[in-house]
Amino acid sequence: MRHIISLLLENEAGSLSRVSGLFSARAFNIESLSVAPTEDPTMSRLTLVTTGSDAIVEQITKQLNKLVDVIKVVDLNEYEHIERELLLIKLVAEVKEDHDAIKRIVDTFYGRIVNVNDNLYTIEITDTCEKIDAFITTLDDRLILEVVRSGALAISLSDKAIQS
Amino acid sequence: MPEKKEILRGAEIFCRALKDEGVKHLFGYPGGAVLHIYDALYKQNDVEHILVRHEQGATHAADGYARATGKPGVVLVTSGPGATNAITGIATAHMDSIPLVVFTGQVPRKMIGNDAFQEVDSIGITRPCVKHNFLVNDVKTLATIIKKAFYVATSGRPGPVVVDIPKDVTADSCEYEYPENINMRSYSPVIKGHSGQIKKASKLILSAKKPMIYSGGGVILGEASKELTEFTRILNYPITNTLMGLGAYPATDQQFIGMLGMHGTYEANMAMHNCDVLVAIGARFDDRVTGDLEKFCPYAKIIHIDVDPSSIAKNVPVDIPIVGDVKHVLKDLNKILNSEKNKLDENRNELELWWKQIREWASIDCLKYDRTSSIIKPQYVVEKLWELTNGDAYITSDVGQHQMWAAQFYKFDKPRRWINSGGLGTMGFGLPSAMGVKLAFPNETVACITGEASLVMCIQELSTCLQYGTPIKIINLNNRYMGMVRQWQEFFYSGRYSHSYMEALPDFVKMAESYGHEGIRIEKSDDVENALKEALSMKDKTVIMDFITDQTENVYPMIASGKGHHEMHLSSERELA
Repeated sequence: MRHIISLLLENEAGSLSRVSGLFSARAFNIESLSVAPTEDPTMSRLTLVTTGSDAIVEQITKQLNKLVDVIKVVDLNEYEHIERELLLIKLVAEVKEDHDAIKRIVDTFYGRIVNVNDNLYTIEITDTCEKIDAFITTLDDRLILEVVRSGALAISLSDKAIQS
Repeated sequence: MPEKKEILRGAEIFCRALKDEGVKHLFGYPGGAVLHIYDALYKQNDVEHILVRHEQGATHAADGYARATGKPGVVLVTSGPGATNAITGIATAHMDSIPLVVFTGQVPRKMIGNDAFQEVDSIGITRPCVKHNFLVNDVKTLATIIKKAFYVATSGRPGPVVVDIPKDVTADSCEYEYPENINMRSYSPVIKGHSGQIKKASKLILSAKKPMIYSGGGVILGEASKELTEFTRILNYPITNTLMGLGAYPATDQQFIGMLGMHGTYEANMAMHNCDVLVAIGARFDDRVTGDLEKFCPYAKIIHIDVDPSSIAKNVPVDIPIVGDVKHVLKDLNKILNSEKNKLDENRNELELWWKQIREWASIDCLKYDRTSSIIKPQYVVEKLWELTNGDAYITSDVGQHQMWAAQFYKFDKPRRWINSGGLGTMGFGLPSAMGVKLAFPNETVACITGEASLVMCIQELSTCLQYGTPIKIINLNNRYMGMVRQWQEFFYSGRYSHSYMEALPDFVKMAESYGHEGIRIEKSDDVENALKEALSMKDKTVIMDFITDQTENVYPMIASGKGHHEMHLSSERELA
């Protein structure tokens, strides 16, 4: 099953590699990982998406907790939460119908055209990972020049924060 | 006016911090990146530096010192090859949760990443085999990092910590203050167990009809032998120890039914298989212990006490997990059990039947070997050593058949007497670790039970033994084979002994002599006892005893991989019905 795990960790050189190294050393899956400092610059917030059985995800959270740099680990699947990913994508329109198709599909997925340069469209979409997958699948492969995705970010909807 | 603090150089801070931490011995080897530190060491008398002959020897020696004393072992090596040579020893300590603090020199900060001479990414290369590591970026943080390193290494589930110090940091100066306490928001090991879980566990324990206690190295690391012994005696339940846990419960006690696992006793493994309640204490369900997980303890409810939550339910699902320091949890459990032990009467008959069944299994005498042989049987050597040292020596070992025979035939009654690389299985561990133990306990008998293949892997430390006067007794069970490899090749590869025969061995007697020690070669069973007596009587000499043993002897009994505890193989002559 897919799990979104949130970590608070010391914002120190090497702490990210401890997290990523743990996943490779113990053969855990990692689908996406995104990290940036929090409002307190001594801490980073890391969101990672992984898959595994309940037993494996339990091991993942325990092993993450064991890392000396990790302040807090929360499996967001245990909470009501929202999840968002940012997609930036460059599309090239070859014929007139392509221009129309791009605009129509971007509209349908509540995307935003952030730049147009002749036949080149740069588009941003913020949505769930599934919606972004669906957007990319809907597009004709021929149109796609370059894709960049942020990986999922997630936050619980409860009135409590993940804190040190 | 507050007292003005001393201004010290990084190298001096290093020495002062070790002194303030109470470090007595530092195992190390100098090199370019640590020359400032070595200069500072030269000018002080608080910490004794032990010059090893290879950095692997330094880490193993510090490791043996730590296992025997319970105090952290401390190591200093240079950058690059100094650090990489230390890796095997760091990984060995990591697998067995041994507290080490390893200082590695590093190239100056401005050269890091430039492929400088003797540069290696020590932080990166040690990351997977340490509990934690630190790069010191600023001399002002050095004292605090050293304090943190000792705190992390020794608290919770212990382990090795590496501190990487660039050379220029050791030349910089700042005010010196060694922190008294350390508080880390990201690190706070659990000590007390959950009282509700402990109550639940005590109920299950008291209701058992076929109970089994399985304890591991965590009891030794957690200094909980006394509590474990009390726990076991209150209940009068059978107990087995893992390879790492030997000595946590007295092996000569009648409730002890031997080690369990791949080369454990028949009775211990059968009791594991048939028990209805298993109490796992400071043990981690290692694959050499469990055998095939599908067949593991099929009838048992399992209680698992461990300081490391990630050890619980990692390999085997458990019914009652208790996270906490084993000493604290056992104390709490003993309190309850002492007040409720009348409940044991309810199952008295079942327990008697259980013990009867265990005695029956034990009557098979699974550790039987040919005591009449004129060719030296390795088991006989270990048994004699046990007798002649009154079971009270510190025994280190390397890895392989000799290690298993030592574990089976030297009956450890006290914790921290049995020192071996259980997790990583590092050949070359025995000699340097014995040296470390002897430094810690100069008046105790320290013997290294080894084989000719393992012994030569760190043989260079014989020089260190001479330089620092650490008279250890090396029991070389010399069968001219990598015995355990040969055994597996006999069983599982139709006797194709691929590269396991040791040709061109050195003359170990001459080798001992050339290093300034004593050497004895023993070729007949009849000479074993006298040779051991002679070697043990040479109190101030390191002695290599080269026992020419039976080449075909195998370690029995054995659970082959993929088999369960109830599927033991007794020996080539004896099979179970």
